[in-house]
Amino acid sequence: MTAVELSYWQQTVFRVLGVLVAVILPAGGFVYVFLFKMMSFMQSRLGPMEAGPYGSMQLLAEVGKFLQKEDIVPEKADRRLFFLAPYIVLASTFLLLVVMPFGPDAYFTNLDTGIFLAMGLSSISVIGILIAGWASASKYALIGGLRAAGQLIAYELPMVLAVVGVVIQAGTLNLQGIVTAQHSGEIFGFGGIGNPFIITQLVGFFVFLTATQAELTQTPFDMPVAESEIVTGYITEYSGLRFLLFFIGEFATAGAFAAIAATLFLGGWAVPFVDLDDDIMNIAGPLVLFGKMMLVGFLIFWVRFTFPRFREDQLQAFAWKFLIPISLVNILATMVLKVAF
Amino acid sequence: MADDAATDTAVDEAPEVATDEEREALLSVFSAELGEAVVAHEIKPGLGLWIRVATEAWPAAAEVAAKAADCGWFDFLSAIDWLPSPYGRYEDSSLDVPFPPPMPDRSAAVPGYTGGDTRLQVLASAARMGTSLRVLLKADVPDDDPVVGTWIRTFAGAAWHERETAEMFGIRFGGNADLRNMYLPTEFEGHPLRKEFPLLARVVKPWPGIVDVEPMPGGGDDEDEATEGGEES
Amino acid sequence: MTGTLTEAQQLAYANAQAADGRVNVDLETDEGMTLNMGPQHPATHGTLRVIAKLDGEQVVSADVMCGYMHRGYEKLCEVRSYPQINTLVNRIDWLGSFANEVPFILAAEQLMGVEAPPRAMWIRTLFFELSRIANLSLFIGDLALQLGAQTPAFYAFRDREFVLNQIESVTGGRFHPNFDRIGGLKDDLPKGWIADTKAAMSRLRAYCDEMEDLVYGNEIFQTRTRGIGIIPAGVAQSYGLSGANLRGSGVDWDLRRDANIGLAYDQLDWKVWTHPDGDSFSRSWVRLQEVREATKMVDQLCDGMPAGPIMAKVPRIIKVPEGEAYVVTENPLGQMGYYLVSKGDTGPFRVKIRTASFNNISVVPWVLRGVYVPDIIAILASLYFILGDIDK
Repeated sequence: MTAVELSYWQQTVFRVLGVLVAVILPAGGFVYVFLFKMMSFMQSRLGPMEAGPYGSMQLLAEVGKFLQKEDIVPEKADRRLFFLAPYIVLASTFLLLVVMPFGPDAYFTNLDTGIFLAMGLSSISVIGILIAGWASASKYALIGGLRAAGQLIAYELPMVLAVVGVVIQAGTLNLQGIVTAQHSGEIFGFGGIGNPFIITQLVGFFVFLTATQAELTQTPFDMPVAESEIVTGYITEYSGLRFLLFFIGEFATAGAFAAIAATLFLGGWAVPFVDLDDDIMNIAGPLVLFGKMMLVGFLIFWVRFTFPRFREDQLQAFAWKFLIPISLVNILATMVLKVAF
Repeated sequence: MADDAATDTAVDEAPEVATDEEREALLSVFSAELGEAVVAHEIKPGLGLWIRVATEAWPAAAEVAAKAADCGWFDFLSAIDWLPSPYGRYEDSSLDVPFPPPMPDRSAAVPGYTGGDTRLQVLASAARMGTSLRVLLKADVPDDDPVVGTWIRTFAGAAWHERETAEMFGIRFGGNADLRNMYLPTEFEGHPLRKEFPLLARVVKPWPGIVDVEPMPGGGDDEDEATEGGEES
Repeated sequence: MTGTLTEAQQLAYANAQAADGRVNVDLETDEGMTLNMGPQHPATHGTLRVIAKLDGEQVVSADVMCGYMHRGYEKLCEVRSYPQINTLVNRIDWLGSFANEVPFILAAEQLMGVEAPPRAMWIRTLFFELSRIANLSLFIGDLALQLGAQTPAFYAFRDREFVLNQIESVTGGRFHPNFDRIGGLKDDLPKGWIADTKAAMSRLRAYCDEMEDLVYGNEIFQTRTRGIGIIPAGVAQSYGLSGANLRGSGVDWDLRRDANIGLAYDQLDWKVWTHPDGDSFSRSWVRLQEVREATKMVDQLCDGMPAGPIMAKVPRIIKVPEGEAYVVTENPLGQMGYYLVSKGDTGPFRVKIRTASFNNISVVPWVLRGVYVPDIIAILASLYFILGDIDK
């Protein structure tokens, strides 16, 4: 992109590989670091220790296990939709990362409506989940799918509203522009560390994280997959490779949302105080972003392992009666302050 | 409560042991309410109160227990088959008993406390909350047509117990329409807790514990000789 | 004993064996949706089956089917000798096994007129309370797990281990001690055990505090359990609910205090906890307090342990005189009783086992009407059953 001129097909291959890495790496990292290890340590156990040093190869073993498993399709399932559903869920995750900036020039596309597109794409997964719930021909899956649909739609709104606060402050929908705005911004005239929006948009950050938790169907919002009630909800009937796709989808989406949160609120790939050459930041930026993603991921998974889950109606009440009003107030305050300063 | 359970022997009916006034009072409530229907009763000092009521008065006894006697806490409902088991106690029986063995005569059924005239008896218990006072009620179940009244109008919890008793003993409870099997499959034939029902696992394979009785170290003593059990440390 | 079975008996036996195979009977009805939970379902620890007819996510009516684990203990008892039954009844409530033995042994002792020495009674009380802790401490973690919090379950297993270790170091069995004997106990306590136990008890008190913060203090936990599955005292009474389920409905009744059956409770300083609300939260809360009380009781029992023999004089081959006895104790799950009928033989003539969970779960169809699907789990978990205790 910078030093060498690549032909279109070379760029395409490069980008496809890049997206694969950008999806698989955070997903794998989250699973190993948080699901396997952090959860185990929090629960006073060791977690996987046998496969590789400190169980680091456990993930590969799990993937191998799932690939070997028999792929069972329920007799009365709608086969075509049943096969399609995991790909839709995974596709929305891949598309999310398309607009993500990893460095000054390291991005897949640089759209002016970047965050807008990301919010839109993230809701595609609802369709996949609903399809999975319906096509499984299982009552547990159906209940899970319907719960997921209701929940994901309800939490789209506070999420978008939380983003609006950031967009107002940055004055752009472009994610790259949001990063730049944070790096060079000022907090009420003080420009020492730039302006990571987590400081001025703290309320928005928490609303966003809460909504993320719900979008990811993580505890305390994991009713769609509540294993003690409806087995595993919409993925009850899936096994083998297709279960693996849902599994990757879940954690890759966690990675993608963590990346969005890091970009919107924590300054993205940029480092405060440091103004390095673009070429260096193109290499270091993804690593910085990954570090910030891990930080957000830590928060997401910490909550997940600690809390019990809401009931479906309590969750809706929480979204409509608490999160949405609070994010509206946040937008209002942001607008007023934006105009005032 | 003056319960000295561990010190009393069950067979000790010596008159000098004071009878429990509360149990007497309870018994008098039943006698007053049910009159002639209280067929027999037995008070074990400090241990318990048994009352046998007439078959027709079985539901009324529940009513009295819950209301007048203030024993409104439902404990359990079950039955007893007083017929001796034709199979004996398996580990005592020799291996060449014919199968199926001859059924014991109906007259061999000897009821326990408070007596009785039938082979099957229903047995239930209700307690007064906050105390250890409870009343054990019994009633005869007719041999030819094993039907007694239901308790579910008084105690909602009796429903499951009656289902269990119905499947285990073949006793039907008039007024309780829902006597589906509680534990066994719907097509199950027979009533497992009746004595003539064989314990099939034992029939198929003899109890291996027969040869298991080893003499205590240092003792060729026979079974009636009391020994000091357990080594003191 | 050999012989041929009649065709009907063979069929009955085969049917019983096949019962597990027929799990998913089609229960579709015209209106609404019938949701079948179990017998293999993550929320039912064991094989309980709940069939709920739903309108949306609301339960219109529900039915409970049990029997998938029916082992026929009442029948088995009729062909076992008294020491053998002791092993058998361990498997009824398998989380607090020792507590199952006590009422049975007490009933047999009552008929025999044997009195266990004071030290044996103290150790019985001690183990009775240890099994209560082993049982109820797991309940707290399990409840949180059913409500979606994973971590407390691991803490519960971790700290329950301390109690199991103490039980194991005396009895040799972690789950099924089979330690009680007619007339006393199998063994005395090993050296140093008292100090270890007291350390374990302080560890468990810390566990209770931790759980109170982590689980009971959690707002989500409270919204999930408060006001859910309310059982008024009158209903609890007519269904024969017992234990924390009854005390959670505000009834102040605990047989450890209210019935003196020879155990050492009257010499201890402790409190019976009740909660007036009658909902899922109050039942769970009472259990937490009971774990706490039990740890205090164990401490006192360790301190005040009398010296002396642990076994009374009993015949080597136990024959119980003719008679009937009914002994009930306050077990971890609620009141458990054995109605023992003896004909003077080496084994009982008839044993009726009154288990707590059977009555406690019989209220489920009543209490589930009108609740939401997630509440089914909260209510079942808070009523707390052990499958072996229902199915016997």
